[in-house]
Amino acid sequence: MIANKTIYISDANCVTPLGFDLEANWKALVKGQSGIQFQEKYGNLSSIYASIIEDEKLNESFLKVSNENTFTKLEKMLILALHPIINKNKVTEKSVLILSTTKGNISLLENQELPIEEAQLATLAKKINTFFGFKTEPIVVSNACVSGVLAVSVAKRMIQFGAYENAFVIAGDEISEFVLSGFNSFQAMSSLPCAPYDESRNGVTLGEAAAAVYISSEKPTENAVAIIGDGAINDANHISGPSRTGEGLFKSIESAFKDANISKDKLDYISAHGTATLYNDEMEATAFSRSHIDTVAINSLKGYYGHTLGASGLLEIVIGLQSVYNEELLASKGFKNSGVSIPIAILKENRKKEIKYFLKTASGFGGCNTAILFEKIN
Amino acid sequence: MTTNYHISSYCKIENNTLQLNGATVLEMNDVLFPEFIKNASKTIGLEYPKFFKMDNLSKLAFLGAEAILKDNIDLENENDIALVFANKSSSLDTDVKYQDSISDSENYFPSPAVFVYTLPNICVGEISIKHQLKTENAFFVFDDFKPDFMSNYASYLLESGKTQKVLCGWVEYYKNEYKAFVYLVEKSGTIAHDKQNIQTLYNQ
Amino acid sequence: MEALKQELKSKIIEVLNLEDIAIEDINDNDPLFGDGLGLDSIDALELIVLLDKEYGIRLADPKQGKAIFESIETMAAYIAENRTK
Repeated sequence: MIANKTIYISDANCVTPLGFDLEANWKALVKGQSGIQFQEKYGNLSSIYASIIEDEKLNESFLKVSNENTFTKLEKMLILALHPIINKNKVTEKSVLILSTTKGNISLLENQELPIEEAQLATLAKKINTFFGFKTEPIVVSNACVSGVLAVSVAKRMIQFGAYENAFVIAGDEISEFVLSGFNSFQAMSSLPCAPYDESRNGVTLGEAAAAVYISSEKPTENAVAIIGDGAINDANHISGPSRTGEGLFKSIESAFKDANISKDKLDYISAHGTATLYNDEMEATAFSRSHIDTVAINSLKGYYGHTLGASGLLEIVIGLQSVYNEELLASKGFKNSGVSIPIAILKENRKKEIKYFLKTASGFGGCNTAILFEKIN
Repeated sequence: MTTNYHISSYCKIENNTLQLNGATVLEMNDVLFPEFIKNASKTIGLEYPKFFKMDNLSKLAFLGAEAILKDNIDLENENDIALVFANKSSSLDTDVKYQDSISDSENYFPSPAVFVYTLPNICVGEISIKHQLKTENAFFVFDDFKPDFMSNYASYLLESGKTQKVLCGWVEYYKNEYKAFVYLVEKSGTIAHDKQNIQTLYNQ
Repeated sequence: MEALKQELKSKIIEVLNLEDIAIEDINDNDPLFGDGLGLDSIDALELIVLLDKEYGIRLADPKQGKAIFESIETMAAYIAENRTK
């Protein structure tokens, strides 16, 4: 049975090229810094842009958490992201770990001597689960680029259903030649740092990151948001191209608003997907317009972090919450002149603003879309 | 726990056998998956050229879904059937194939048609497209079949009003080892939608 | 030229997994996309890889593909002129 109880996000953290905790990330973002850098060479690829975490810095930080050296880069990122949250919020018998990732430890396939099972997503989840002493089986959400947003939805739904008391949601993906070459073969890589919604945009810039949040039904006393609506609806149009009509995203947004039972004019901020491909950004503008939320302040954070795939949705929720708590919206980095056919209110500079209602959306391969509405509580 | 929902139809594909609601529809001997699934598609009367462009995981999931949906889709109206799928090996079988295409710098030709299938939820997209299911969808990965979770998540979608029916599926494919167990959950039907029944049907 | 066209048809059928379509079914001037063979955007990307892999042709701008991949005729003409292997 679904209990009529409110579900909250009351703690959050992230590990990115801009910093290994939330505070460092926020400071860098407010200053307009980006993790995207020119990469002379990456495997067989050359002259590309990507947002990559420095191994040395990561290892140094990881030593403060554990001196075991059996972890991959992605595992270290995920553990570092979740560690401070576990310290503050106890893992109980009915806590669950939910991992959002698209490719997990895919770079292990490069080493042909390793057993292939090492690259299984469930193996990755188990490792993190054991490290933090969870008593339940972990859940892996692998739904392309909406995974990070969908994982929060899944946590909310399963807690409301009574399956768990609380959920620790983590999301992570790393840069690998696998994904770089794949996006390249799709002719989808930007020749310059990505510029979401801009007239000059010509593709994605990839990035790597990990993010983590704590979700429960306990009413929080500090900074928190309630998850008041969510939807995850497919376009049923094409496996790699977004729908021209934005059907799935439109329906996901409508589904979230229906749950929340608030009027559209109350919405204060949209953290959109904004990958900077021609079709994705255009599709989003179409869907926002159809939902009549095209005048709401909106940004894409891809200009700061690149597209971090399965991490992106959760990372962008985590940063969006900082905007809510700090009452400051961030400029949509890389945006100068509108390159979408329907005008939307893209943030050109940082702006002070009180935010009560915040919408996060994402869309991805396979025609998937997800939208979640948050309401500021404290 | 009592439930208002039922499993109205189920399909299994494993060991070169296709079963629908417990009855064997096709059984073959000594063939590999590609040949078996091609025959299975003909047996159920599928005419869909895109099927042959799919990777093995998508073919498996698509056909398991098709066997059920071909008789359960209302062609006149929108069908509110959510898709909740899961497996163990994600898209690893195709991942390995794609990795092979980029591991030799002398013969480096990454294929977009292979890369697109290196996400497990593409199979859900394929099913959505065929039947125009603009509905809730999700793909999960577990180290083995989890009737508990599948039943909880499907029940949530139904009870919350997010959907009217849910097509659930366990669709595992790795190196010619495969198993699909796909079932439709809705109000009508005779088999109660609970984790014991799901486990029993899965094991049968 | 005729041999190249036959070879192209056979390679396209193989690479794009065109089930139940034989070389004889493809006419030199049939449109490859849209109503013709019904190819889509991923197929177009795959044809770009085919040009590179089989004929050593790298398109500077993927948008060029549209004109080149109009039919077997246009594709063969472009390959004959630009092939490096």
